[in-house]
Amino acid sequence: MAGTDLPLRVVLAKLGLDGHDRGIKVVARILRDAGMEVIYLGLRQTTDSIVAAAEQEDADAIGLSMHNAGHMTLGPNMVKALRDAELEIPVIIGGIVPDDDVQPLLDAGIAAVLGPGASAEEVAQTVRDAVSAAV
Amino acid sequence: MDDATGAPRHLPDPDDPQYQAWREAYEAAKLRAVPWETMSGVPVEPIYGDGPYPGQYPYTRGVYPSMYRSRLWTMRMFAGFGTAEDTNARFHDLLRAGGTGLSTAFDMPTLMGRDSDSPWSTGEVGRAGVAVDTMADMEDLYAGIDLGGVSTSMTVSGPAAIVLAMYIGVAEKNGVERSKLAGTIQTDIFKEYQAQKEYIYPPRPSVRVITDMIRFTSAEMPRWHPISISGYHIREAGSTAAQELAFTLANGFAYVEAAMAAGVDVDDFAGRLSFFFNSHSDFFEEIGKFRAARRIWARWMKERYGAKAERSLLCRFHTQTAGVSLTAQQPEINIARVAIQALAGALGGTQSLHTDSYDEALALPTDDAARIALRTQQIVAHETGAGSVIDPLGGAPYVEWMTDEMERQAEAVFAHLDDLGNGSILEGVYAGIENGYFVGEIADAAYRFEREVNSGRRIVVGVNEFTDGDDGDQEILRIDQAVEDYQLKRLEDTKNRRDGEAVASALAAVTAAAEDPTVNVMPPILEAVKAYATLEEVVKAMEQVFGTYVEKAII
Amino acid sequence: MATTKLSRNASIDELYTAARGGNRRALGRLLTLVERGGRDAETIGELANPDAGAAHIVGITGAPGAGKSTLTGRLVVHLAGAGRRPAVLAVDPSSPLTGGAILGDRIRMSDTTEDLTVAPEVGDRTFIRSMATRGHSGGLALAVPLAVRLFDAMGYDPVIIETVGVGQVEVDVVAAADTAVVVMTPGMGDAVQANKAGLLEVADVFVVNKADRPGANDVRRDLDLMLDLSHLTGQDTTDGGDGYRPPIVMCSALEGTGEADVWAAVEAHLISLDERGQRLRRRHHRIRTEVRARMSQALANRIDEAMDSDVGRELVAHVTDGALSPTGASAKLLDALLGPQLEPGLDPRSEPRS
Repeated sequence: MAGTDLPLRVVLAKLGLDGHDRGIKVVARILRDAGMEVIYLGLRQTTDSIVAAAEQEDADAIGLSMHNAGHMTLGPNMVKALRDAELEIPVIIGGIVPDDDVQPLLDAGIAAVLGPGASAEEVAQTVRDAVSAAV
Repeated sequence: MDDATGAPRHLPDPDDPQYQAWREAYEAAKLRAVPWETMSGVPVEPIYGDGPYPGQYPYTRGVYPSMYRSRLWTMRMFAGFGTAEDTNARFHDLLRAGGTGLSTAFDMPTLMGRDSDSPWSTGEVGRAGVAVDTMADMEDLYAGIDLGGVSTSMTVSGPAAIVLAMYIGVAEKNGVERSKLAGTIQTDIFKEYQAQKEYIYPPRPSVRVITDMIRFTSAEMPRWHPISISGYHIREAGSTAAQELAFTLANGFAYVEAAMAAGVDVDDFAGRLSFFFNSHSDFFEEIGKFRAARRIWARWMKERYGAKAERSLLCRFHTQTAGVSLTAQQPEINIARVAIQALAGALGGTQSLHTDSYDEALALPTDDAARIALRTQQIVAHETGAGSVIDPLGGAPYVEWMTDEMERQAEAVFAHLDDLGNGSILEGVYAGIENGYFVGEIADAAYRFEREVNSGRRIVVGVNEFTDGDDGDQEILRIDQAVEDYQLKRLEDTKNRRDGEAVASALAAVTAAAEDPTVNVMPPILEAVKAYATLEEVVKAMEQVFGTYVEKAII
Repeated sequence: MATTKLSRNASIDELYTAARGGNRRALGRLLTLVERGGRDAETIGELANPDAGAAHIVGITGAPGAGKSTLTGRLVVHLAGAGRRPAVLAVDPSSPLTGGAILGDRIRMSDTTEDLTVAPEVGDRTFIRSMATRGHSGGLALAVPLAVRLFDAMGYDPVIIETVGVGQVEVDVVAAADTAVVVMTPGMGDAVQANKAGLLEVADVFVVNKADRPGANDVRRDLDLMLDLSHLTGQDTTDGGDGYRPPIVMCSALEGTGEADVWAAVEAHLISLDERGQRLRRRHHRIRTEVRARMSQALANRIDEAMDSDVGRELVAHVTDGALSPTGASAKLLDALLGPQLEPGLDPRSEPRS
């Protein structure tokens, strides 16, 4: 006798110094409106603080928003920090990521990359797909 | 065309004393040597319609009597990426290409007052702007440029006092006196708490440093604008046009109140405040916003703050096209968006203009894209006739109505803030930052817009309609990891070369000044940066007194 | 902190053992199972029960914007710094429309102090879990006590439940703590609001937050007055009206002043409970509340099943035909449902409906 299905729990964070939070706030509301529970960590998070939150909150997915071209360094750092903590949680990057960087990020273990202009449905579906693929 | 009485329609009444006063001022001004006629040879007047005319209170139609007939807006292109040397090369290119002012973008660690070797800086060094750790980087940044002969704009707020000190240090090292330096440093910390989120200290100590800087520049740097009150980032964060207008001007009032409370006479500094607005795609709304900004500022400065000097009443502003409007899809169509936004800025009477590069939704602009952006505003300036007639849309019913509407919405915000602050806009702004009013309003507006785009109620070309033609193949500027490595090495070298004891004692002096509100922090900061103290060292010397700001979460 | 290697399909026993050994990921996972409800949650409850009982359970509530989370964050840093191991269960409302939620307490807790996220000596001693008011079977009334018991069994002490004091369930949750803290602020008519919400009756400690603001002393005076009144009129039911008067502590969580005073008052309350022999009474009350909530849930499930059964459908049809009144139908159904089943020893659990 299993309990009820819970909404997906998604940790959203800005990793590093980048303060552009318009996009991530919009995504937080999109995911809430798609029936998910968003644990919003906000600005200036480190890989450690995100791992700690993901552990405690038993997150199904982690969403990072990046606007300062730091994704090629910070994205893989995040994946490594999760692996070090033995957490198999998919990481989705949103924000400004040039097309050419998408495949290298996927190769580095990022689950999905969401570009600017993704619709609300795409955003929610990308999270759902990343979670299903990870299970 | 003449009406029944035979008097020319739409021309000012020659018997109107207001018009005569304007005419006198206009004729006293030095004009550009170009033909004042359309491309087909039709002669055009400098102004049409009714008064008050440009240069006349409340300045709705322009801050100067002759506006672009005397001098076009400054074509100020923002540059900054990689190392100081990379940016320096771009500056030289821009000056050669006819740019008339330099604008510097700093990388995220610099804006946050962190050095390149801070663990926080990993992956962000030189990425979104130039990295400045010490005065040595500033020396590279402006190498070969006569700082007494250019006007420089530096887009930095949190550590503005330190960056300005570095600039002064470089100039003086090159034999240029600080009194000769012309330019603007952003310094607008309120909009950081409200929108851009690049803050260091809590609001009140930040404002104390700013008032110190205002006092310092008022006394020693007559050509320097110590603060550029910036709505740009408020808009980029998702606000509406009216919110951008209202929050920006309210921040301006707050700085005025802070400086007055510090004992500075309003007319001693208000004339050197300048503004920075966004120019988005809704053409007439933008123009209404610019016109309303001038009118509101003049009224409030005169009526509420008792400013007497005319310069104190003038809302002079820089404009940048809306980065947030640029699409990653079919990026080349952004050129059209930028052109329309640039035209709105010109018709709105801006004093200077930055045009975004079409590829900025993807990364920092490539050289080619930056050139096209500059060419875009040159077309607006020289081919459209926008520089021939002042406030050419003034008097159009829709534009006048929109100007009034923008003003009405802004006044409602001022009333709210005044109420929050018990009769003080400064206190109202502090309270609005603390209770999340600004951040919440902006987030709501951003979400509303996204939902409209998402539902298709609002069309964004190339994004939710007309999406064919995106080949996804786009050359972009990449900042090599080598930049970070280079910068770390450069910082290490500078640290090795400097006199450690001199740095330590200079930093101690900065801390001491921070502890004593009656002492101006600028002189000790200047000494510290001249000793090659790093940006972060100086930041921390004050942070131990002022504390660190962590934002209240409003989602 | 992962001390034990944990497989993806670890059993509840394995998870529990790993969590007891300090594996935070395992505890995170167990908390999710608790939220999900059903048999797994019950198993976890059974496992935790013998290990629990030592923690001081503290409820913190107040109107939105009163600064509960900021205060909680400050308390956590204060407690971890003093060598304690605080856990926080932060309850945030879900959207009634979509069931989704933005759980912001975690970030609000670190509003004014980076220590919570960056200082390892704080982070390693602390566990913060966000919980939405909807999205799990049985609601808050079932999940919260189980989660608290789990934290307790893991050696976390105190266990802080932070919630907006608006709904009755939330007020009940806070009232069931050992110590209930009600946070107020100046200038929002909070004392009156709190009174309306029934928070004044449950408060063991009042905190006037943002005490540097004008009006803070007015709030204190209003509270004092209301406490005087409740004493005078004999309506004071706090702890059986045996003379405990909730202290009013002034603090400014934003400035980081006063959290030590708040905690001192919370501890003093616990000591006073012991001295007055009231601590056990609180625990009885808490258990009674939980057992009652479990029974309500089980009964609600039973009722749903009965309504969907052939008998239920038939009775509804009779009411529609006019052959039976709604009162009569429900009486018949209740008889059928409860009559033979209230025998002692019967397991009242039932399949939660999903």
